[in-house]
Amino acid sequence: MAKGVLVDITRCMGCKACQVACKQWNDLPSSNPEFKDGLTSPPEMDGYNYTTVFIEVVEDKKNNDYTIRSAKRQCMHCEHPACASACFAKALQRDPKTGAVVYYPHLCVGCRYCMLACPFDIPKYEWDKQFPLVAKCQFCFDPKGKYDRLGYGLKPACVDTCPTGALKFGERDELLKEAWQRINSDPKYIKHVMGEKEAGGTAWLYISDVPFTTFGFRPNLGTQPLPEYSHNFLKWTPIIAVGWGTLLTVLYHYTKRRQKVASESNKDVHM
Amino acid sequence: MSANKGLLKEIAEYKWRFTMTTTRKILLMLAGLGVACMIFRLATGLGMATNLNDKWPWGLWIGLDVLTGVALAGGGYGTAIIVHVLHRGKYHPIARSAMLTSLLGYLLVMAGLFMDIGQWFNFWRPFVSWGHTSVLFEVFWCVSCYTTVQVLEFGEILTEKVGTKYHNAFKKALPVLMIVGIVFPTLHQSSLGALYLIMVDKLYPLWWSPYLGLFFLISSFFVGPAMICVETGLAGRAFKHEVPIHVLRGLVRISGVFMVLYLALKIYDLSNRGVFNLVFKGNLEGNMFVLELLLGVIIPIIIAFSSMSSTRKGLITFGVLVSGGLILNRMNVVFTGMSASLGGWYFPSIMEWAVSIGLISIGVLAYCFIAENFNILDHDEHHHKATA
Ligand code: SF4
Ligand code: SF4
Repeated sequence: MAKGVLVDITRCMGCKACQVACKQWNDLPSSNPEFKDGLTSPPEMDGYNYTTVFIEVVEDKKNNDYTIRSAKRQCMHCEHPACASACFAKALQRDPKTGAVVYYPHLCVGCRYCMLACPFDIPKYEWDKQFPLVAKCQFCFDPKGKYDRLGYGLKPACVDTCPTGALKFGERDELLKEAWQRINSDPKYIKHVMGEKEAGGTAWLYISDVPFTTFGFRPNLGTQPLPEYSHNFLKWTPIIAVGWGTLLTVLYHYTKRRQKVASESNKDVHM
Repeated sequence: MSANKGLLKEIAEYKWRFTMTTTRKILLMLAGLGVACMIFRLATGLGMATNLNDKWPWGLWIGLDVLTGVALAGGGYGTAIIVHVLHRGKYHPIARSAMLTSLLGYLLVMAGLFMDIGQWFNFWRPFVSWGHTSVLFEVFWCVSCYTTVQVLEFGEILTEKVGTKYHNAFKKALPVLMIVGIVFPTLHQSSLGALYLIMVDKLYPLWWSPYLGLFFLISSFFVGPAMICVETGLAGRAFKHEVPIHVLRGLVRISGVFMVLYLALKIYDLSNRGVFNLVFKGNLEGNMFVLELLLGVIIPIIIAFSSMSSTRKGLITFGVLVSGGLILNRMNVVFTGMSASLGGWYFPSIMEWAVSIGLISIGVLAYCFIAENFNILDHDEHHHKATA
């Protein structure tokens, strides 16, 4: 069964330990700190940051008060990943056992269609390199072994490090049940699990007491798996290719013959 | 081997012509600048040469060189249908120049694509690693195959002058090539639009549509005659070659019929999805959408079906409006329609412009060179006269 992580935004204290653990485990280079609103650093994910803890001040209109909330973002590891279906070289593939969506750099052409296709804007690019690669969270799964944790039955590095239990790793189905239990037993939660149905469902699930858009989730994410849109188009290709080709051939011979007949009676010739 | 030698000798001994004019000198300069920038880009990577970033992974090269370039080069397959499949002899005078534009267009598209991919030495990957769930996969295969087919089609023209002993073989293969050469563009003109289907929550609803592929296909078809009008307008001046007005007018009318169809489908689609009100919202997206339809479709329809299309001026206006409208449409899909959801900032760098302009200059120069050395514009006199 596919794995998942439940992120409980109410339990996150914004310590960024997960962010550091990710960098360390994946041998990612450090960079000069750069802040957004003086709180979030780095301000965005990029080619060398697979995860970022976004820290936001949220206005509580009812009590005329402000609260600080933080949430870690990374690849959602979609059950029907748009990135993988968009890749024309199979450089992104979903591992059916773990549910991890993994990048195979040697297959990548660098077209960056995956970046545009992802509904969560996750894949990033190493813009400064001569031969850049796509970069994103791999769920600490590495079929080659070097950066692997999931394959050895370990939790992802970030989850392992989280001191507050804001991140919980497990079977996706069970986490989903637990998410709804938490939501139903405490009225502060928004009655929604981000990732349960979005874009066909994701391995990472978020619950929160502040709107998910606070952390950059698109408000209009549909529930239809995105690969279906392409499939509904591509399934016509063979039919059109054969049908159109046949029609053209028939027309070619028909009009040619008609022309010949016409040219025998008058001199309407070409070629 | 000896046949090969003979061919090379034939090419070396052929009297090639290339007249130097001021325009061509400027074009040569621009082309040189473009090539220099291309080498720099390939050597240093995308980050140094372009303003692309994580929010805007696709920019000018994909938007203008590829998406727009392919559509404008679509004139080739449109005329091929009319002339070679439907055997409408009266359109024969423009068949070869339309085909040549198309061939050059595709070669430039390939060059533009090559510039844009990060791991360019890996460009052949999708031929062996089949990501067949991707619309881009279809685009990639069709563009590659179609360009090959067009090079072979051009072989028929080439062997009239050099390598004449192969001429008959090419001539025999032509009908098959023609039909294959219509099927491929039909498929990928639509798949270029369908690339954006997966961005359902990103592309502004005025442009995102389940019929996006069909819209791209129809518009690539009706822009063909418009391009021919512009091209023959220019070539007429440069090569003193005038295509009879009634020939162009006939084409423009065919184009007009498809534009009416396009407009009707657009209106049906917008109201079907319940987003018609967005058109007149007065925001950037709405206004750009109105501009695109008004200048690129509605006014040209009026020109096509009125007496205006019986003058050269009217025909050229039609050509400029329709091609301009199509460019605007593709730009709107790539930039305007995406900007709200992508955020951030992108404007092409000087080098991106230099490469795009350089590629276009190379295309124009190549057109001039080929038109001067082969039977492109005046080949009619060598055959029977087309019905006047
Ligand atoms: S979140 Fe984006 S990058 Fe991650 S699996 Fe889904 S589509 Fe792919
Ligand atoms: S950039 Fe690489 S991984 Fe992404 S779609 Fe293109 S080839 Fe696939």
